[in-house]
Amino acid sequence: MGKKEKQEFLVGVFDNEGKLISAIDTLRAKGLKIHDVYTPYPVHDLDVHLGFKRTRLARAAFLFGITGTTLAITMQSYMLGFAWPMIIGGKDHIAVPDFVPVTFELTVLCASLGMVATFLISNGLGPGKKALMFDPRSTDDKYVMAIDLGKNSKFTKEEIEKMLLDNGVSEQPKTKEV
Amino acid sequence: MQMTSPVREPLVLRQIHDKNRKTTMHDVTNDICRQVEAAPNVRWLAALGISLIVLAYGSYTLYRTWFFGIGEWGLNKTVGWAWDITNFVWWVGIGHAGTLISAVLLLFRQKWRASINRSAEAMTIFAVLCAGSFILMHMGRPWLAHWALPLPNTYGSLWVNFNSPLVWDVFAISTYLTVSAVFWYVGLIPDLATIRERATNPISKFVYGILSFGWDGSTKTWARYEMVALVLAGLSTPLVLSVHTIVSFDFATSVIPGWHTTIFPPYFVAGAIFSGFAMVLTLMLITRYVFKLEPYITLTHIESMNKIILVTGSIVGIAYITEFFIAWYSGVPYEQYAFINRMFGPYWWAYWAMMSCNVISPQFFWFKAMRRNIYATFALSIVVNIGMWFERFVIIVTSLHRDYLPSSWVMFWPTYVDIGDYLFSFGFFFTCFFLFAKFLPVINMAEVKTILASSDEDASTYYAEEEKQSKESAH
Repeated sequence: MGKKEKQEFLVGVFDNEGKLISAIDTLRAKGLKIHDVYTPYPVHDLDVHLGFKRTRLARAAFLFGITGTTLAITMQSYMLGFAWPMIIGGKDHIAVPDFVPVTFELTVLCASLGMVATFLISNGLGPGKKALMFDPRSTDDKYVMAIDLGKNSKFTKEEIEKMLLDNGVSEQPKTKEV
Repeated sequence: MQMTSPVREPLVLRQIHDKNRKTTMHDVTNDICRQVEAAPNVRWLAALGISLIVLAYGSYTLYRTWFFGIGEWGLNKTVGWAWDITNFVWWVGIGHAGTLISAVLLLFRQKWRASINRSAEAMTIFAVLCAGSFILMHMGRPWLAHWALPLPNTYGSLWVNFNSPLVWDVFAISTYLTVSAVFWYVGLIPDLATIRERATNPISKFVYGILSFGWDGSTKTWARYEMVALVLAGLSTPLVLSVHTIVSFDFATSVIPGWHTTIFPPYFVAGAIFSGFAMVLTLMLITRYVFKLEPYITLTHIESMNKIILVTGSIVGIAYITEFFIAWYSGVPYEQYAFINRMFGPYWWAYWAMMSCNVISPQFFWFKAMRRNIYATFALSIVVNIGMWFERFVIIVTSLHRDYLPSSWVMFWPTYVDIGDYLFSFGFFFTCFFLFAKFLPVINMAEVKTILASSDEDASTYYAEEEKQSKESAH
């Protein structure tokens, strides 16, 4: 495989959540495309301000959950009803009320594990994965905005830099090649 | 009439060494990462050393249990469940607080959970592992533990009995352990990334690099993270209630007088929350002192937890009294005898220890001064867990030791192996907890930063504005 072409990013650092949000709104209104924003904690509705789609993870969890329910009911009915039917305490072979606890547990187990696996895969997270950090302080107390210069060809680098400085970045924007 | 609502006490206090300075996000990072980055100190090494010694002694008795069989215990033909199941139920109960704090309190938007959820969840995981170890011990032949799972086998595919609460327990406990561990780890990832970015030593950079899964804190990652936390909380809430419900079914679905009680599920769940919060308080007060976390774990946190102890302790007290009433009201002589025997029989001391520790002692928390007193809280948190251990002992042993036939009446006394196996669980629990406290951040930094961000200037200006308006309208 050939070497990936380097992308050039302009990195703006904010030290306040309010300034960050108003900067995002102003910059996007001016037509600037923001690559991503990196924050030390989940900032509410940041994805909405950036115009990202809402996550559909909850639907994935629901699907994994009903898979677990189906699996549990099928497993218990097959094992006690067909594979080796036994009379236990005078109950039916398929004693539905007795199957409720295991069905519930397997539903929760499948939904949780399935959703967390989806979460890790969709974010590209996993043991040994390397993080792309524009500024390490985004895991401490700074809000870091990355702007892909290649995707904003209608502005020059200097123009974007000025836009950032006018909109409350706390220090001179830096360039980073990835 | 004019009423001004009092401003809520802050969840994060000012810095200890400089009372004039508000705690900033950078302070949070520094304060929490400090103990991870510093070299282990003598106090920590001593604490770990003692835990390891206890663990070593427990491992010896565990070896005797597994090598010579459970005949090493004080069990007999009449009392077939005693210390092992008492310890199992006790540890499972303790393991309820973590998920309750992180899941139920998240759904109720109780922000004070942010600085205690991490260590409470860790405690949950270790407590459930301890509980599981007693099931493995009780099996006598732990190498056949997989027989509890519905696996295809060579006996013509003889499956497990899904009508049995013991099989439900296998599913409930293992699901609970898995989901709690996953919930805990997902919450750890962002904080591990913080430690990774700060690490100067190449070994820690490498290790925390692997553990942090390449977390970068981008917008989408956080949005999905919040969704995962919310859905996992929604799933864990019924899960945590189901676990102790199913544990109580082990007793409630039997026909033993004293066990055959429909009140068991809610009563066990309340008792589990009660003992779990007590254990969280015991550990948190020590951690808070050793790691100087006073700005993050405040008296408000301690008071909130004490209120939950008061509520659940009183629910447990009502459950004890209801059980008695129903035993009398049922008119069943066996049932009535079982309860009279609890109170005045040969195990009267266990019963009264349970009553005084669980029902009377939490009543001190009606007083605000007691709820906010660290020494009283610490002492009572230990008393509560002693009481909760006796509760399980009373339910299990006093219900069994007087069989239907008076010729089968016996007493149960523990052997040194019983005691050693209990010590094993303590050694294991504290070893795990001390390792956790040293190598992982004990407080969820990202969530505490959320509180700082939302309560900082905006909130104080808001409150000042509100106060001004209310004064104006009063005139």
